[in-house]
Amino acid sequence: MNKCMERLYNGIVKENPTLVLMLGMCPTLAVTTSAINGLGMGLTTTVVLALSNAIIAALRKIIPSKSRIPAFIVIIASFVTIMQLLLQAYIPSLYAALGIYIPLIVVNCIILGRAEAYAYKNSVITSLFDGIGMGLGFTFALTVIGMVREFIGGGTIFDIELNLFTPVAIFKMPPGAFFVLALLTAIQNAVKIRGEKKGKDMSKVGSGCDGNCSACPNADKEGES
Amino acid sequence: MNTVKDLLLIMIGSSLMSNVVLSQFLGLCPFLGVSKKVNTAAGMGSAVIFVITLSSFVTGLIYNYILTPLNIEYLQTIVFILVIAALVQFVEMFLKKKVPSLYKALGVYLPLITTNCAVLGIALTNVQKDYNILYGVVNGFATAVGFTIAIVLLAGIREKIEDNDFLPAMKGMPIVLVAAGLMAIAFCGFGSLSF
Repeated sequence: MNKCMERLYNGIVKENPTLVLMLGMCPTLAVTTSAINGLGMGLTTTVVLALSNAIIAALRKIIPSKSRIPAFIVIIASFVTIMQLLLQAYIPSLYAALGIYIPLIVVNCIILGRAEAYAYKNSVITSLFDGIGMGLGFTFALTVIGMVREFIGGGTIFDIELNLFTPVAIFKMPPGAFFVLALLTAIQNAVKIRGEKKGKDMSKVGSGCDGNCSACPNADKEGES
Repeated sequence: MNTVKDLLLIMIGSSLMSNVVLSQFLGLCPFLGVSKKVNTAAGMGSAVIFVITLSSFVTGLIYNYILTPLNIEYLQTIVFILVIAALVQFVEMFLKKKVPSLYKALGVYLPLITTNCAVLGIALTNVQKDYNILYGVVNGFATAVGFTIAIVLLAGIREKIEDNDFLPAMKGMPIVLVAAGLMAIAFCGFGSLSF
């Protein structure tokens, strides 16, 4: 059980996919107009991530390594479709708010990245917890970004009126997402610079997407990450 | 006449008013990753135009003539992502063999496009908005043109600010994101266009 807790800690803190690795930026920016949307998107992704990780780990001896990426994509897309139908049936308000970004979970690079980097090489139980940990890390980051944007942009948190100041509406609009992300990467850079001064190993920070697509493990299908 | 007017509206709406990167956040990875130089940005843009136009057509055909008659529309996500991945591979092989000059120009960008969420995003938008195949292709083309406009503009800005002096923490990605945010504000202005 110790290993499972370690996977959870790894996903939520040490290798937080959004705040540390900078993966899956498209949904992060698009759906964080409010805290509740961020939370909904995060939890939906968590379910898909955990289940697809478990199934891929269970099938890892059967899936031939040459055609593993299409196999991963089919498994992920199936779970996304299931989640889409479930949301449509039981939480229609969230389904309407997230819209096209629910099916786009398929191309969220966190999921394919974890399948490739972890689930394909490890046992079912640890892969399941790896998925849950990564998913909760993603959920945490999305909820926090959503709270910041909702608070500055609309003066509310989880739709509770606070009326502390005149809201800066642009933070709820697309440009605000870029500014919040700019702030986040700046903080990350500062932490990285400080850590390097102290001689710590900071190579993991920002390594998920350093802005260089040709170095991206998800871009090159033959590449082993 | 109505069709022409609708198509023009789709063209302007998809390329400027609701720009794919700056207001829908699709295709952010290449937008931030391949925008260091104007040349490469333009190359990426043309590859995206090519692939998205083609994939809008193919996914439109599949949706209208295979999924709808069989009543399995709910499989669209799975089918579309596989079709797009296969299509990109096929285009790459085809260009390599038959049109080497074009392959030289676009080849490096093609594998990157498979993981570009804009391609799948547009295929799904076309279905969501009930576009027929012609409308879908035009919408795909216009959206990709919007992507190209945004990435080339950002590359131009990045070339200018490359050597400027910032706070160490702001260097690299953060300042690029601030530039992208300012561009997004500018593109918000198109939103007030009305017909």
